[in-house]
Amino acid sequence: MRFLKMDLRAATVAAALTVSLGLAAAPAEAKVEGDTIILGSAISLTGKYSTNGIHAQNGYELGVKMINDNGGVKVGGKSYKLKVVYYDDESTPARGAQLAERLINQDGVKYMLGPYSSGLTKAIAPVTEKYKIPMVEAEGASRSLFTQGYRYLFAVLSTSEQYLASSIELAAEIAKKNGKKPSDVKVAMAFENDPFSLDVRAGVVDDAKRFGMKIVIDDKLPRDLSDMTSTLTKVKALKPDLLVISGHSKGAATAARQIAELKISTPMIAMTHCEAAKVISKFGAGATEGILCPTQWAETLSYKDDLFGTAAEYDALFKKSFEGYKNVPYQAAQATAAVMVWKDAFERANSFDSEALRDAIADTDMDTFYGGIKFSPAGNNIAKPMVLRQIQDGNLNVVAPLKWASSEARHPRQPKY
Amino acid sequence: MFDNISILFQAPIFAVDLLVQGLLIGGIFVLAAYGLALVWGVMNVKNLAQGDMVILGGYVAYQCTLWGIHPILALPIAFVVLFVLGWGVYAAIIRRVVDRDMFTSLLATFGLSLLIQQALNLRFGPEVKIAEAGFGTFDIGELSIPAIRFVGLGLAAVLAICIVLFMRNSRMGQAIRATSQDPRAARVLGINTDQVYAFTYALNAAICGAAGVLVAMIWNIQPFYGLVHSIRAFIIVTAAGLGNLPGVIVAGFGLGVWENYSGFIFGAEFAVAAVVGLLVVVLMVRLFQMYRLRQVVR
Amino acid sequence: MSAQKLDLSLYGVLIAAGILVPLLAPAFTSQMAILWLMVLMAVTWDMTGGQMGYNSLGNIAFFGIGMYASAVVQIGIVYDVAEYTAAFGAIKVDFTVEQYWTGLLLGIGFGGVVATVFALIIGPFMLGLRGPYFAIGTLGLAVAVAELVSGWSYVGGGSGISMPVFPGEAASGSQVFYVLLFVLAILAHVVIRAIYKTRFGLAINAIRDDEDKAEAMGIHTTRYKVTAWMVPAFFMGMAGAVFGNMSGFIEPLEVAFPTATFGIFMVAMALLGGKGTVWGPVLGAILFHIVKEVTWTHLLGWQWVALGAIIIINIVYFQQGILGWAQDRWPSLFGVTVDEKTTRTGQAEAAK
Repeated sequence: MRFLKMDLRAATVAAALTVSLGLAAAPAEAKVEGDTIILGSAISLTGKYSTNGIHAQNGYELGVKMINDNGGVKVGGKSYKLKVVYYDDESTPARGAQLAERLINQDGVKYMLGPYSSGLTKAIAPVTEKYKIPMVEAEGASRSLFTQGYRYLFAVLSTSEQYLASSIELAAEIAKKNGKKPSDVKVAMAFENDPFSLDVRAGVVDDAKRFGMKIVIDDKLPRDLSDMTSTLTKVKALKPDLLVISGHSKGAATAARQIAELKISTPMIAMTHCEAAKVISKFGAGATEGILCPTQWAETLSYKDDLFGTAAEYDALFKKSFEGYKNVPYQAAQATAAVMVWKDAFERANSFDSEALRDAIADTDMDTFYGGIKFSPAGNNIAKPMVLRQIQDGNLNVVAPLKWASSEARHPRQPKY
Repeated sequence: MFDNISILFQAPIFAVDLLVQGLLIGGIFVLAAYGLALVWGVMNVKNLAQGDMVILGGYVAYQCTLWGIHPILALPIAFVVLFVLGWGVYAAIIRRVVDRDMFTSLLATFGLSLLIQQALNLRFGPEVKIAEAGFGTFDIGELSIPAIRFVGLGLAAVLAICIVLFMRNSRMGQAIRATSQDPRAARVLGINTDQVYAFTYALNAAICGAAGVLVAMIWNIQPFYGLVHSIRAFIIVTAAGLGNLPGVIVAGFGLGVWENYSGFIFGAEFAVAAVVGLLVVVLMVRLFQMYRLRQVVR
Repeated sequence: MSAQKLDLSLYGVLIAAGILVPLLAPAFTSQMAILWLMVLMAVTWDMTGGQMGYNSLGNIAFFGIGMYASAVVQIGIVYDVAEYTAAFGAIKVDFTVEQYWTGLLLGIGFGGVVATVFALIIGPFMLGLRGPYFAIGTLGLAVAVAELVSGWSYVGGGSGISMPVFPGEAASGSQVFYVLLFVLAILAHVVIRAIYKTRFGLAINAIRDDEDKAEAMGIHTTRYKVTAWMVPAFFMGMAGAVFGNMSGFIEPLEVAFPTATFGIFMVAMALLGGKGTVWGPVLGAILFHIVKEVTWTHLLGWQWVALGAIIIINIVYFQQGILGWAQDRWPSLFGVTVDEKTTRTGQAEAAK
């Protein structure tokens, strides 16, 4: 026991020493090497988000390449090149937070790009906030990111509650047109049990409440989802007027397939990530006819800028730069937009000081091929709407909002199973 | 929860629907569980990579569809591919753990399971994949049941019968049964037990591969879905007991039905918890049975 | 050098490293913090896995339970937890510095206690399972607890909980968590090492060697087994509480109950260093973590394949681990006396 006591004493002394001495941490050096500005990002290159993580990385890379090829970033009359340091966060939040610290402390990164997914952004934002490092992120849509009073977090994409909000509005309008009250509409919900999808769900619940709609099914799909039979059986039993589904690409793929197999006759179905899951090419135009798909960006929209030209030109360039893409996922487009925000901010701030840059980013007001970018005081982009597309005869046509709509919504949907 | 139960009473057709769908899927669980019971009973190896072999078989089917081969034809291909692979795994890993304590085989196969998952993830990416057979849907009155589920159950039954006949009648099948009864005696009687073990493990891998093809056609596959399949196999074998083929069949179908009903009643968020929770319950029941047995012995 | 002196100097080296590395290289503080967490996990796993022969694949459950318990306490002392989680982190709660520290300390203690109570409740059931059934059962338990938590809306379900933000300077937060994990890891090792020196340690070794005989000798095996599981649970619970605060955002499947990462790492580390030895798990954890940090980010995906391969090679070809091998080679260094007559060489010599 004497020995044990000695150990404890030594441990206590050690701990006290670490606290007192350890607090004097040396800050890492600012990160502009020669004529290169270094940005940092922890991104999911492996693990469950790797598909979209790689889309985002490609988006960042294309943005960096185009900016570097077209004169770089001009600060103080000198032209700088951009470079991004990546770490693989393995799609896990804990790892993401560690890597953000590593980027800031060990690599001295002062300017951050976001990770993929809301969960990772939620894990990394407190770190960047703590070190007062501005982060422009393109893949974390969760609304709760923008209610924390973060000063250094900016997002170019529309927040999660907007994803399916327009489909609820559409359902209300259609009910009115058919002489029914919006409050008669029965809603069935199936959302994956993860931070992003549950945030989308919260938006749907709020909107449904606003119209007084009745939520008849509220299932949360597990991460290892391979069968939705029991949820869809419930849908058959309760006959809702609207079925909303969100569960990343795998949720969309499973849902689209089993909706067809079980011949679900719900007149209106909305789901996120249809494009990423390639539901039309996988399950055919007939089976997926009439499904509503919200998207952050579509190459058919008439947004444009000086660097990439129109949305369609970005689409063509992206396909040329990276092999194996049939459609350009919006995840890539918004990542590119985030790099453009950094360039714009460096040039307007004309400085490498992170406070000056933070203020410059907050004042951003620009048009890009991805849409307008203007940040609210909370940091989310308020200049770009979410668009709702419907699968019509195998094509994705924009049906809402009306400003961008290319065709009218078809209701009820008439799938051929 | 009670709302959901009341739906089943008000519209019993959906209760039937869930029952049928559950029975149809249960056939596949039986296959993987039978394979596990085989290696467990014959060579006392707890194969935690069981589910990952199922998923691997699914990816063989998926790869075949990419090459334009119909997934039904991928069934024999996956059987053969996984058989060869299983033999290789036996020679490299399992041969060295057969005689060791049982945790060794468990952990070694757990390492194998990680290896398979991650290799699949690197090769095919983390998105779910489906080997589409394109059979459409059967309508029976108000029920619509995907035809592939019937086909899947039929194929599983044919395969199971073939394996049972093989075990009964062939030389190798007899050797396997003899080894499982008494490996030392079998060795004395001139049976090459090492070869028997290799064959058994390879056969198990092949059965898993075939089950995986069915899973890829009926549900979907993803590199990390293996663990739930492994857990299912363990539940079934533990519930049925070793060497109890009818028990495995009943438990397999029962598990399929339980999954559908629990998903319906508790909500999909508890679907996996319901399966895994059942494992803990089954183990507990076995434990209390053992306690009773020990008291009797006392 | 006697075994005890060796131990003492090893503690000295560890503590010196624990103090000096963050001082000399402050940028590595959070990586070092994870290193201590790994040490703690491996050492506590080894108490049941190595010394008692009950190989748990589900100790990670204690980690997550401690994490969630502390989160509930920390938020609960200021705000209504159900309301906080129902808003998916949309509610920002401002903690005063005092509230934060009270919450943190209470939370860590509570995390440890809840995890221990959990071990006490499930212990008698799970520990009745033998051998591989125990391993499978605990694995199932960890997955089941994770799934249940992710379906439980009171603690936010799958959307997780945003933890209170550390008040004060940026770098000081990671230093505080570093110190907490460092102290916990050393404390865990000291306590567990002390336990091994008592009758209790002998009893659990007897259970490992032959449980039925141990029972026949009059050892209340269930009591010993459950107690021996509660010690790791206590430390894992506290470590989970600290790690949750360090992460800032907790969520059931990836952060709180990472069965496939931390849950397996702890077993792999203990095996690598040598299971059932006092210092093996520490050595394994340090080696594993350093190799992982140096190579991991450069392997892009293959690291996981490599991890599977390492586990297989370790278990199949090198089961006794580094220190286990050393102990067989130089037993006197470890304070082990070998009865030459029972060893094979001893028998051979006796035969001569």
